[in-house]
Amino acid sequence: MLATLISIPIFGILIVLQSTLVNHLTLLQGTADIILLTVIAWALHQRVKTAWQWSIIAGLVFTFASALPFGVSLIAYLTITAITRFMRRHTWRIPLLTMLVLAFIGTVVMHGFSLTAIKLSGNPIPVMDAIGLITLPSILLNLIFAIPIFAIFNDLANWLYPEEIEV
Amino acid sequence: MNTTTSRSLQTIVLVLIVLGLIGLALGGYLTPLSRIFVNPIIQAQAWITSRYQAVQSILSASEDTQLLRQRNAELEAEVSRLQTQIIELEQQLSETKILSALVDFARANPEYRYQAATVVATDPSPFLQYVIINIGSDDGIRRGMPVVTQQGLVGRISGVTAGAARVQLITDPNSSINVRIEPSGALAMIVGQITGDISLEMIPQEADVNAGDLVLTSGLGGGFPANIIVGQVSGVRKRDLDLFQRASVQPVVDFSKISIVLVITNFKPIDYGPLIPSE
Repeated sequence: MLATLISIPIFGILIVLQSTLVNHLTLLQGTADIILLTVIAWALHQRVKTAWQWSIIAGLVFTFASALPFGVSLIAYLTITAITRFMRRHTWRIPLLTMLVLAFIGTVVMHGFSLTAIKLSGNPIPVMDAIGLITLPSILLNLIFAIPIFAIFNDLANWLYPEEIEV
Repeated sequence: MNTTTSRSLQTIVLVLIVLGLIGLALGGYLTPLSRIFVNPIIQAQAWITSRYQAVQSILSASEDTQLLRQRNAELEAEVSRLQTQIIELEQQLSETKILSALVDFARANPEYRYQAATVVATDPSPFLQYVIINIGSDDGIRRGMPVVTQQGLVGRISGVTAGAARVQLITDPNSSINVRIEPSGALAMIVGQITGDISLEMIPQEADVNAGDLVLTSGLGGGFPANIIVGQVSGVRKRDLDLFQRASVQPVVDFSKISIVLVITNFKPIDYGPLIPSE
């Protein structure tokens, strides 16, 4: 319960950081998505049992702050959590490398959902321009941010879910 | 008698010697001689004095160093405080300049009522060009109200909560605004781009549009009041086979540095959707 409740202030702080600081660190038109990276880093930890709850709260917080059509970020984060849990089961003790791979996949999934929703809402956004100017630079920035975020949330997960030792 | 005479003679001789020495001294004839005696004394005095001062300074050094360190710390704290004050004053000056320009804009356009707001955040999605301002429905802000700065058009309110509002910038790819190009008076449409720029679309082929022309809101469509400056034409693309000309526009507002905006609160956007016949 604590692990779920703690996600509310964490994502509250993260959305403030995202919309005030991280959004200004642009590469072309791309920006890092620290909420996405947090969702991935949390779901990637072996002992974490609240990955789905965290992705729902992240999606709701993002939806609240963004003008994206309602529910897009929620669906995107749940999809990314599903991919992360799948990857976690099929990789063996190389979480940092998996984190980088998932940062790449997660960015593509998030931007895919966002672009689709924007197109469906009648916005004539040019897809190739969007990929070149937003998605590819965002992938690079997310790969840079992935390592420190993984370290922070790995430590938090270890604190909330201490390793059980058989006596 | 003899004794008395000899003593007198001795006294006279001594007086003469003394007077002679005084006369020689006053005449400067004894100076070389006095140097021989006085210089070693002065050197000895100087040596002893310097040693004494050295010892005295060693004895009093700890107390002086302590005082100097204390004074240095006080001065460093003072410098730090003054630097902070300078930064605060520079920020206040910057804000005052912006507010002064906004007041000038409001005076120049007295037909509208304005509500000043601070930009507090941007949209977390990189695909959208929106900003969040710190006033909402509690301050009388409603959806559709135009947002400007002293330079020109910023966008319009697209969502409102009690204490904040979301502004769709004119650079958002989903934004389109009816404009008029001066001096030709041609009507066209400003459309936001994914690059964060704006472009002029649907300029009639016969219109004479050139780089440097001014772009203002036309008021058509009822979404914005007329005659708000949007930008300046920076380049025109005209092809004979196209139905319309296109042009790139340099916005007058620097959207990367936007910090304080004005919401026009007495302009009611017109929703003419119901008047459009359905197919």
